[in-house]
Amino acid sequence: MLSPEELARLNAYPALEVRHISKRFAKDDDAGALGQLWRRARGLPRRPRRMVHAVQDVSLTIQRREILGVLGSNGSGKSTLIRVISTLLIPDEGEARVFGHDVVREERAVQRLINRVSVEAAFFRKLSPMENLLYSARLYGLPMRQARTQIQDLLARLGIKADRINRPLEHMSRGMQQKVAIARAFLSAPILLLLDEPTTGLDPRSKQDVQTFVRELRDTHDATILLTTHDMDEADALCDRIAIIDGGRIVAEDTPEGLKRAVGERLGLDRPATLTEAFMAFTGRDWEADEPEGDDEDDE
Amino acid sequence: MIDAIRYRGLTSWLRETARTVGGESGKGLAFIERNWYLTKRYAWWELVWITYNVVNALSVTFIAAAAQKITPGLHITQAQLNQMIMYLIIGTAIWSFVSVVFDNVTETVTIERWEGTIEYTFMAPVSRLTHMLGTCTFAIVHGLLLTVVQLVVVSLFFHLDISNVNWGACAVIMLVGSISFIGLGTMGAVLPLLYTERGAQMTYIIRAIMLLVSGVYYPITVLPNWLQPLSRISPATYVLEGLRTAIIHTKGAPPLWSDIWPLLICGVVSLPLGQAIFHAGERYAKRTGRLKRNG
Repeated sequence: MLSPEELARLNAYPALEVRHISKRFAKDDDAGALGQLWRRARGLPRRPRRMVHAVQDVSLTIQRREILGVLGSNGSGKSTLIRVISTLLIPDEGEARVFGHDVVREERAVQRLINRVSVEAAFFRKLSPMENLLYSARLYGLPMRQARTQIQDLLARLGIKADRINRPLEHMSRGMQQKVAIARAFLSAPILLLLDEPTTGLDPRSKQDVQTFVRELRDTHDATILLTTHDMDEADALCDRIAIIDGGRIVAEDTPEGLKRAVGERLGLDRPATLTEAFMAFTGRDWEADEPEGDDEDDE
Repeated sequence: MIDAIRYRGLTSWLRETARTVGGESGKGLAFIERNWYLTKRYAWWELVWITYNVVNALSVTFIAAAAQKITPGLHITQAQLNQMIMYLIIGTAIWSFVSVVFDNVTETVTIERWEGTIEYTFMAPVSRLTHMLGTCTFAIVHGLLLTVVQLVVVSLFFHLDISNVNWGACAVIMLVGSISFIGLGTMGAVLPLLYTERGAQMTYIIRAIMLLVSGVYYPITVLPNWLQPLSRISPATYVLEGLRTAIIHTKGAPPLWSDIWPLLICGVVSLPLGQAIFHAGERYAKRTGRLKRNG
């Protein structure tokens, strides 16, 4: 938990500043380093490594209490960007700062301020939601008594019945597991929350519960949120600004209304475009279509 | 005045240090508690593992019991036979202990990859030293409990007199030796971090080399001369020698010093070295995106 002094100090910085971030991954067709050694032993030339550009020269700024949506098709670099900010990937170029802290050089300071929900709820499935969340609470240094109460409250608010809290997670539906994942991220009260397609696969009611919760987190806890989603209605309803990412590059960034108006004018419509139309206009493809040079880093 | 400022500075430093240590111990407890929950969920596997280890230890120890029958004309007294049996019992027990510790530490990374939780653990504000100390503390306590069960069961088969065993010396040797095993376990844990599919199996090579050179089932003097330097840098060698001294020769603490100081040196070297190797492995995984891939 952050002290009031720390919170006041954080106000001097934008919640997130991403400057010219690039990230490439090597795609080895053979057995990687061993394969190269074998080729060398046989006197064959070194096979050039195929590189995939997951994120290219991306810059973003998010102010405190803002919700920024990142829209992109599968493999466009959304998750890679979130992993860089989450301190899970080291960028090849550029820098990212969370409330002034560099994600590479001040990793621990950044980790205290953030949490993340990814599209795939990852848990120790043999353990119960309570055991999984207590593990997480301990990692973030929460007092245990307070954590137990908070976990029960959070799960109840997300619609998980009390009798499910102490049963193994493997018996829960994917939607329920995703709600537990959301509770895990909220438990540490992050002031920058990274939501990577958090509602994918949830039923409409669960989606709504999560969206209400996200708004509450921003309103009551002053959290800043970076949200990637495929759900255009969700992006429209939740986001203050939207960035569209295509082929690892940001191709448009504005408020939802700004994007819709610009595309409406560009297409010569007598009304603002829909967000889906705006997305297709900027990327030249449907949001469900994969990138041609797919970055499978993005497909959780 | 200056003294007062110094005093205030010192007390605030002490308070800050105590707070950090307290906070990190609480985080270390996360790994102990989580592994305890997982062990409870896989309770049947514990039973399988104990049974396997007991059967394995018995199979090896019966070789000593059969020494006279295997070698026609060999005459050994009952006391010498008991000494041989105890020699092998200690070897099998320590081997089980080392195996449990290594399995627990490497499984920490393997299970997290399997479940997909590795990214959540690695993005939590926890130092890797705390992470590894928590994991290894559980592994050592778990390993000790399983080893004691194995020792008791196997001893029942051979009716050995253990009334003169120096248990205090045994505890000291195990405690000091565990520091090195934490270091080696941490080095081993980097393999499943870097090699998604077969990293856990790769740690078998570390264990196999330790089994060969540490005198688990025979004195290291029977090894070829060129292999013996490796025995001298394996902490298991000193743990085994120390325990055999304390159990078979039932000496007091002073003669054990010859086994304790090399263990202390192994611990002082292997603990930071393990951390450095794991840190380098983690940076490499973060540069190449290997934390993400499940396997």
